[in-house]
Amino acid sequence: MAYTVNGNTVEHDEEGYLTDLNEWSEDIALEIAKAQNLEMNEERWEVVNFLRNYYDEYQVAPAIRVLTKALAKTMGPEKGNNKYLYELFPYGPAKQACMIAGLPKPTGCV
Amino acid sequence: MSQVKKFLYVNRKAPYGTIYALESLEVVLIGAAFDQDVSLAFIDDGVFQLAKGQDTKGLGVKNFSPTYRALGDYGVTKLYVEKEALAERGLSEDDLMPVTYEDENDGFAEKPSLIFVDRAEMARVMAEQDVILSF
Amino acid sequence: MSTLHMVNKSPFERGAMQSCLEHALEGDGVLLFEDGVYGAVKGSAVTGLIENKAGSVKVYVLGPDLAARGIAGGRLIEGITVVDYPGFVDLVTAHKGTQSWL
Repeated sequence: MAYTVNGNTVEHDEEGYLTDLNEWSEDIALEIAKAQNLEMNEERWEVVNFLRNYYDEYQVAPAIRVLTKALAKTMGPEKGNNKYLYELFPYGPAKQACMIAGLPKPTGCV
Repeated sequence: MSQVKKFLYVNRKAPYGTIYALESLEVVLIGAAFDQDVSLAFIDDGVFQLAKGQDTKGLGVKNFSPTYRALGDYGVTKLYVEKEALAERGLSEDDLMPVTYEDENDGFAEKPSLIFVDRAEMARVMAEQDVILSF
Repeated sequence: MSTLHMVNKSPFERGAMQSCLEHALEGDGVLLFEDGVYGAVKGSAVTGLIENKAGSVKVYVLGPDLAARGIAGGRLIEGITVVDYPGFVDLVTAHKGTQSWL
């Protein structure tokens, strides 16, 4: 299974997570979002980029509770809460935002 | 809501030769969702997990050592490290990577998570627990 | 004819490196890899095992396994040679046979 971007194919698993996170690009993120019926806007990019930076530093995708707390601290309480994140990513910020960010499924996410 | 229990994860294995260290870390991250009083102990070869400067590019396996630095975000802020285990392995406290957490009750002040204890103190830490998980 | 002995277990957890060194003959090589590389560090409780064999057996250690575990070259016991993967292959071909100490 693969996404096709600019003529290139990028492998993903049965749920849609990239097999190799090094293959991620912004164009691929747009393609994954499209497959999730989401349109990328500034707010969604903000979360996706935050996740990528977190993974880059700690080599782990944060649990949802860790994500909301960290967003609340850096971007304020109006963005660091479950309601805001579920409005952006209705099927779950951990699932959809991590998938668009090219990260593995968060540890402990079922 | 049940009462908070004291959980201790005891790490006794070096990081890459076996899967124990990574498995332990993943269980800690998952278990952190249950809001218990969680501590980690590093004894025997487990102290090697915290060595600074790990670079696994040549092995082609994931370097998971940066994830210990995320434990503070998960509310895991007590990492007990046994002094004798370090000394026997030719390691000093400076050979370990710094692990810190932000104390929400103290204006997000950054505080060290590593607690260096001798063998007798480690024995007491283990005796105080409700649940011990061994890796 | 010489043998290349291979040790991949931590010397603090098992006796593989000690037993290997005690059985290695003069002129043999000992290659430490995977968790065996922890035996190559000076100033530990097992440093003496290798130092006692200095001049008798030649000790090698696999570089990528050192790097993964954060062990800098300056922390190795004097006289130990770091090899890479091609060097590992060269060692195998340069000895008559290999013996693993699991």
